[in-house]
Amino acid sequence: MGSIHLKQVTKSFDDVEVIKPIDLEIRNGEFMVFVGPSGCGKSTLLRIISGLEDTTSGNIEIDGQDATHLAPGKRGLAMVFQSYALYPHMSVRNNIAFPLKRAKMGKSEIEKKVDEAAKKLNLVDYLDRKPSQLSGGQRQRVAIGRAIVRQPSAFLFDEPLSNLDASLRVNMRLEISELHKSLNTTMVYVTHDQVEAMTMADRIAVFNKGVIEQVGSPLELYQNPKNIFVAGFIGSPKMNFIKTTKQNDVKVATIGVRPEHITVADGDFIWKGKIGVVEHLGSESFLHVTLHDGTGLTVKASGDTPLKYGDTVKLTVNDDKVFYFDDSGLNISDSVSNLHQVFFD
Amino acid sequence: MQSTKSKVIYTVLAWTIAGLIFFPIFWTILTSFKTESEAIASSPSLFMFDWTLVNYQDVLSRSPYFLHFSNSIIIAVGSSILGLMIAIPAAWSMAFAQTPKTKHLLMWMLSTKMLPPVGVLIPIYLLFRDFGLLDTRIGLVIVMTLINLPIIVWMLFTYFKEIPKDILESARVDGASLSQEIIYVLMPIALPGIASTLLLNIILAWNEAFWTLILTAADAAPLTAFIASYSSPEGLFYAKLSAASAMAIAPILVMGWFSQKQLVRGLSFGAVK
Repeated sequence: MGSIHLKQVTKSFDDVEVIKPIDLEIRNGEFMVFVGPSGCGKSTLLRIISGLEDTTSGNIEIDGQDATHLAPGKRGLAMVFQSYALYPHMSVRNNIAFPLKRAKMGKSEIEKKVDEAAKKLNLVDYLDRKPSQLSGGQRQRVAIGRAIVRQPSAFLFDEPLSNLDASLRVNMRLEISELHKSLNTTMVYVTHDQVEAMTMADRIAVFNKGVIEQVGSPLELYQNPKNIFVAGFIGSPKMNFIKTTKQNDVKVATIGVRPEHITVADGDFIWKGKIGVVEHLGSESFLHVTLHDGTGLTVKASGDTPLKYGDTVKLTVNDDKVFYFDDSGLNISDSVSNLHQVFFD
Repeated sequence: MQSTKSKVIYTVLAWTIAGLIFFPIFWTILTSFKTESEAIASSPSLFMFDWTLVNYQDVLSRSPYFLHFSNSIIIAVGSSILGLMIAIPAAWSMAFAQTPKTKHLLMWMLSTKMLPPVGVLIPIYLLFRDFGLLDTRIGLVIVMTLINLPIIVWMLFTYFKEIPKDILESARVDGASLSQEIIYVLMPIALPGIASTLLLNIILAWNEAFWTLILTAADAAPLTAFIASYSSPEGLFYAKLSAASAMAIAPILVMGWFSQKQLVRGLSFGAVK
């Protein structure tokens, strides 16, 4: 079991409301990712779930039981911190055994569980080392080991990969995803990195200024963002936004097109502009184009594109992949059709 | 980079200050090996005198040195340990569960050290009298604890706030109760800080003379009272007084010498990051 239900949860520090009333159901076995820019309240909400912060109002249910006022250690959750938060004076073995000792488990059972966890996480050779003698990735694995021995009903991860270098981050991302598949336990994962969110999540909750803008699967958020914030946050590089002043019946204020949906045209074209920086990633390239009216667009091109700085380029767009937002930022693409002529002809 | 010239100036200055501080101790130890007449000679000799141990013999035969010594140990160590037991939870709350008033509370605690002790002399004396604590070791342990508590709390607070909060929160999520969090996680991590706080407070309590002279007579009198007994209305016996002083400061001097690295580290902790 491992379902978490947040009902009208709020949090204020003094007079500042950092979490506005939030309702969210995290299903049993689900990999839920909280994503958003820094200061949006995602880590605070995770800490509220863990019990390290109190709620100002609202209720938290874990496995159907009210856990709003339960102490962190009594919630049956395990947490992995950004800083690893290992006990520096204890060996890896004692770090992993710490929660089991607190639960007054027998010595032989503790040994068995620690050995199992160490095998699972490739830590067998390091059990007698102190955390200071380990690399960043190994430390993170110890932190995960300390979490899995408890067999919690849910894991909470607070930006666990932020302190690792880029290549290690990719490896650890895979390891955590594999761990989720093998344990089949609920995981709640906080990150500001939308690539992590997209690659790991079953569902993503996008946070902004203390509210959840949208909850859905990675593809749902990518294909059907609820508003301009989600559209801009999900997808890398981010979606291009073009303000429009053209008169229209449905009050479209902004048009959004992802870089991968703009193509370099030979014949008919919609926009014409000058290429600035070209970013070559090998498998693909990103062109930063400035249109005649000063609007900047990012365009995805093939990895071996001959286009270079200073070239003039004609661009067209895939009609189905254009998003329309009203002046409040809401995605109104579904309620409008055939706007191509209005905006692009 | 410091220039060689300024390095020389600083070194000379440091040695001069250290020499000035050490000279009275050195002179006391030297005097303790002189006869009374040599001790008060108008042109004292530095090393050219008749070295004698008679003062030490006199002092040991005249007063119960080991009773005073054990009193000093009990009062200094007892009050430091009791102080730590009260200060560790206090410093924990100030470092990890801060409120807007924490800073004011810390300042207020420190401000009590600015109060002249004589200001609370009468109430404390009367309380001790009424509770039967005059000339008792337990009474002295209590008063030393109270006097040094602000310093203990401050020092521990300085140490604790350098410890990442995540580690303690992790222990909490791992199922540790508050006392387990403090005993198994906070204290081992802060052990160097706790040790230097303990050492400093043993020194402070060992050297404290005001309260020990007022609140003790014979049974609970520590070494400070033992030294003072050689300054009597019948006259000053400098050589014996020096021998008593040397015997009183010797244990703490030896302890200080062996723990100087720990003490310096403790006192300068957090000063440079």
